[in-house]
Amino acid sequence: MTAERPYTLVAELTYRCPLQCVYCSNPVDLERHRHELDTAAWVRIVEEAEALGVVQLNLTGGEPLLREDLESIVEAAQRRELYTNLITSAVPLTRERLAALQQAGLAAVQISLQDSTPAGSQAVAGVDRFDAKLAAAEWVMSLGLPLTINVVLHRDNLDRVGEFIALAERLGAQRVELANTQYLGWALANRAKLLPSRGQIERARAIADEARVRLRGKMEVLFVLPDYYADRPRACMDGWGRRFIVVAPDGLVLPCHAAHTLPGFDFPRAIDGSLDRAWNHAAFERFRGDAWMPEPCRSCDKRHVDFGGCRCQAFHLTGDATATDPACALSPRHDIVECARGEAEREPPQSYRYRALRVVR
Amino acid sequence: MIDVASVVRLAPKARLRFDRIRQQHMLLYPEKGLVLSATAVDVVTLLDESRAVAAIVEALVAKYGEGQRAAIARDVLELLRDLAERGLVTEVAP
Repeated sequence: MTAERPYTLVAELTYRCPLQCVYCSNPVDLERHRHELDTAAWVRIVEEAEALGVVQLNLTGGEPLLREDLESIVEAAQRRELYTNLITSAVPLTRERLAALQQAGLAAVQISLQDSTPAGSQAVAGVDRFDAKLAAAEWVMSLGLPLTINVVLHRDNLDRVGEFIALAERLGAQRVELANTQYLGWALANRAKLLPSRGQIERARAIADEARVRLRGKMEVLFVLPDYYADRPRACMDGWGRRFIVVAPDGLVLPCHAAHTLPGFDFPRAIDGSLDRAWNHAAFERFRGDAWMPEPCRSCDKRHVDFGGCRCQAFHLTGDATATDPACALSPRHDIVECARGEAEREPPQSYRYRALRVVR
Repeated sequence: MIDVASVVRLAPKARLRFDRIRQQHMLLYPEKGLVLSATAVDVVTLLDESRAVAAIVEALVAKYGEGQRAAIARDVLELLRDLAERGLVTEVAP
């Protein structure tokens, strides 16, 4: 039994989504994961999560609003006094539905924007629903719910970071997350087109830093560096099986939303036993603590800061899930990341590979 | 900047919750949570409606004793300024 207890349940209610973003963090083999848990299962999972120590619930997907039982799940969370965040594209939202969700106990809303213009949004998401998103953001504000604007950053929109901050300010958001793409799943397939140059990163970071100071106390400005440029890996999920527990649409219980892409794991299912049992399952123990770490991680004084980085990134870049995360400058395979950075200084390819296997020129 | 004359209240995004599993009070907001000390809980509980900082100090002096007044006044201001920087406390017009 681990002493760790999760603070946040990430409930991936569905992988269905009206958007087809080229950096989507859902699995590339979406078709294998079509089955979805029913309402009763989600209500039970929420209750078991709270008993396990969870205080925050992130309702996400795919697009969680495509679940017609979302209100029932929010009510279950409210009965357990969870702080419920709706993480949404906002595309299917109506004002009436938002009011109903607020009535059910919803605490906060995070809306994704792909860009600051309709054309830019369409280039990333495959469809133009930019105006619908702005309308939804205004409903969030008029109902008095806290609003977070989230923008995933990449080569083609990073130079507009200032515009994203201004837009979030104009909408009245309390928080703007400017999160560089994490290169896994669809984003890894599109990395050559998405990875920005170092100069772009440094200019954007300076703009975000200035805004963070200027807006302190009014709007929180979060800028997440792509770990390809960080020299040290990020503390992925705050460490494997430490703070987060993820349940996928089909009930797979995971330490992070991409962990089922790792080979040789038999992750527990929320339908086969309690969430408590899943949390203590061998798959959750696998990368807990530091005993699993290879050198140079094992003796590194940062091993309890970054927890060894991202296991999925280690596997997808080196073929070995136990390897030091190649994002770390101390990794013996850091050359993989250096090579990708080198390519990012040159002209990128012309076409994206869109989620849901749709290929556009 | 918040001072004793300010009128403050908890921002709508912040919710105070007792974490029964870990036996601690937490101030929850989007994607985050702060673990509150016992005295911080006293202050945050009083932020459910608009109050003058001076009134919050008086309430705590009544609870902890006149001898603690200087320490309470200092701690309350420090806490409120910290929470305001995080957008968890808002100043309202007096």
